[in-house]
Amino acid sequence: MPDVAVIGAGPAGLAAAARAIDSGASVAMVDDNPRPGGQIWRASAYPKPWLREKVEVISGARVFAAPEPSVLALETFHGERRLEYKHLILATGARERFLPFPGWTLPNVMGAGGLQALVKSGLPIKDKRVAVAGSGPLLLAVAKHLRDHGARILLIAEQTSSPALLGFGVGLIAKPAKAIQAIGLRAGLLGVPYLTGCWPISAQGSEKLQSVTFRRGTRTFTKTCDYLACGFGLVPNLELASLFACNMSATGVAVDEYQQSSTPGVYCAGEITGIGGLDLALAEGEIAGFAAAGKPEAARRLFATRDSHRKFADALESAFAPRAELRSLASETTFVCRCEDVTLGHVRQCSNWREAKLHTRCGMGPCQGRVCGPAVEFILGWKPESVRPPVFAARIGSLTGTEKRR
Amino acid sequence: MRTSYDVAIAGGGIVGASCAAECAAAGLSVFVAEPNVIGGGATAAGMGHLVVMDDSPAQIALTNYSRNLWIDLAPQLPADVEYLKAGTVWVAADAEEMAEVERKRAVYESIGVRAEVLDARALAEAEPNLRRGLAGALRVPDDAVVYPPCAARYLLDCARKRGAEIHVGMAARELARGVMKLSDGSKIAAGIAINASGAWAPELTPGIEVRKRKGHLVITDRYPGWVRHQLVELGYLKSAHSISTDSVAFNVQPRKTGQLLIGSSRQYGAEHASIDAYMLTRMLDRALEYMPGLAGISAIRSWTGFRAATPDKLPLIGPCDADPRLYLATGHEGLGITTSLATGKLVADQILRRATAIPFEPYLPDRKHEEHSHA
Amino acid sequence: MPKLSVNGRPVEVPAGAMVSAAVALSGESRFRRSVTGEPRAPLCGMGICFECRVTIDGRQHAKSCQIPCEEGMEVRTDA
Repeated sequence: MPDVAVIGAGPAGLAAAARAIDSGASVAMVDDNPRPGGQIWRASAYPKPWLREKVEVISGARVFAAPEPSVLALETFHGERRLEYKHLILATGARERFLPFPGWTLPNVMGAGGLQALVKSGLPIKDKRVAVAGSGPLLLAVAKHLRDHGARILLIAEQTSSPALLGFGVGLIAKPAKAIQAIGLRAGLLGVPYLTGCWPISAQGSEKLQSVTFRRGTRTFTKTCDYLACGFGLVPNLELASLFACNMSATGVAVDEYQQSSTPGVYCAGEITGIGGLDLALAEGEIAGFAAAGKPEAARRLFATRDSHRKFADALESAFAPRAELRSLASETTFVCRCEDVTLGHVRQCSNWREAKLHTRCGMGPCQGRVCGPAVEFILGWKPESVRPPVFAARIGSLTGTEKRR
Repeated sequence: MRTSYDVAIAGGGIVGASCAAECAAAGLSVFVAEPNVIGGGATAAGMGHLVVMDDSPAQIALTNYSRNLWIDLAPQLPADVEYLKAGTVWVAADAEEMAEVERKRAVYESIGVRAEVLDARALAEAEPNLRRGLAGALRVPDDAVVYPPCAARYLLDCARKRGAEIHVGMAARELARGVMKLSDGSKIAAGIAINASGAWAPELTPGIEVRKRKGHLVITDRYPGWVRHQLVELGYLKSAHSISTDSVAFNVQPRKTGQLLIGSSRQYGAEHASIDAYMLTRMLDRALEYMPGLAGISAIRSWTGFRAATPDKLPLIGPCDADPRLYLATGHEGLGITTSLATGKLVADQILRRATAIPFEPYLPDRKHEEHSHA
Repeated sequence: MPKLSVNGRPVEVPAGAMVSAAVALSGESRFRRSVTGEPRAPLCGMGICFECRVTIDGRQHAKSCQIPCEEGMEVRTDA
């Protein structure tokens, strides 16, 4: 039984595992991707050899339930297993916020991180025309990555307006490293139009995407393209933390300065405590790793760094927040729930999330509301319901487990 | 909102909705108070199986009458009610259960309910994903399956079209002697007040013998054609019978969406709505014994619900001796969806002193309790 | 470089590629049909959206974006 189980092998999880190992703890990591590194930021910040030698890495595995105290139930493509542990660090990261608009369900309309992930998984993108849209610095990182793989980036449509970004830029001056990073990203994208106050209003095509119409101010214009990589910021993956009954703050899981949640023995680090980007995730991960391994004094030495990164992250989130106009992109006939093909018009007839689930089936599909939930919350202001196991779709054989428990 | 109505109903689940529809159709003014979501209680949690159940003569009469009402209503039901004439297959694992199959068949035949015996081969053909080695089954082809929350909403829409007022987000706090007191402090007078609040009925009418009986359910992703009928093990009746122990039974339903709904479990004394991992595992293990292939099927959600159970397993439908202006329409245990339509009829008939299609005495709230034996 | 088949067509993919890439390389833009029959393809790329589901070696509802290609796999999209 490992001293520390880390769920999520993105930047926060890797940082936590590294520090826990340094502190003498035994560590197991669970990650749903075939390889560690994360979904959004896909950092290779940590050298991998220590990972294989010192940590039990269970890849391609999703935690779907916590059937007993100190036991996790995991499912892989081929089977299932249980994992016992003493302390738990949740670093389950973030997913993109998808906002519906007419045509958003067409093949080749993807998330920004989504298209990046698919290209990393082997999707050929060379010479394809790609429009990048949505919100946040992720758009720049994605555009650069795609361009490095041979894509023709037609434009980056950033919904945030110039004034808001200028305000954010002032904050950047206080963080020279970030400013240089930003400039570097921009430089790598010379020749690609970066249009602020600009967002997609519809995608056209029959069997797949053919073109996208954008709005900028009073103008609209249409671009023919092969892919639309569109994501409006990130939302934290809180389902597992909810299963452990962790209290939530306004931004994510509520944690104390040692990254401990309200549930004893459960630490949380990275995007799930509040969207905050790579540097903050690393700092929180390190603190959680030290704390879970019983080294609070080492954790304390990182508090100031983390708090500084947190301030920057808050400014970033605020600058790039989705604007009100995006609430009106979807028409009454646009699907807001893709699993069950439920239109916004149908959902809007209800007065709360539970009523919408029961009467329209919005959120009752296999994604368990992970795609439609943030959209409905943004458009209608409804908060999602509490979470029950399985927190991810899991095979019935996995739910019962190979050992029958009575 | 008026100050008085002919009928005031506490509870907007399928039973309350059916009562509202029948009373409104008869020209009565109707008021319904639903505290949360229409059809959000046991109506949402249950399986929506429309079945003739032969546990007792009174139960057969009620379920048969009500199933016929559903069959008559089916052509008018909107698509989201997902009425599916899947039929029920009562599965017999061995010779003893096959004897039970024959007994059931005779009972159904005697009341005009179509039923056919399937031998082992016919069963395997009808349901290829059942394990080999089962003895056979009884197929009841006219049983069906619906999606209950939308059925409740449809019935309330019918009531509304005939002038009923449906107030969602309003709870009845007191219900007695022709007065309904509401959660916002207001009061309405009612010729008749109906307690249709399911597992919460004793909170509104203290002393009635309705207890919560918790159940678990699991729904899967879409696998169209994997199961064709509602499959129930004959041991289901043993599970429903037991009044004190926790039990599970094999019970799998195909939904029109192609999803499979897997039940069933029963617990007494469990007050929390959270999933009980050990009950869920027991229930799924039981299902795997009958359909091993379920092991590879993707489950996307689990939930619990509270049935309203009575000591003699029959619902409480009709006026209370102590307060003839207070009607109960509750205690339907696992047959609320099936018997909702008949409940509405019996309630409206008794209010209007019309002749009922079946005897109403067995379901009166103050009937004498009989020891229940499986005939 | 694993070789597998997508809807009966042979596809060769780079080592480490996911099944989603194999489907795209086979020229298929539609991974599945939605409940109302719309063509769908991957959205999130990280196993959240369920739009990338295909049938792999007879097993339905497999999320292709997170399943590495294996030699000889038979992949079917929802035709």
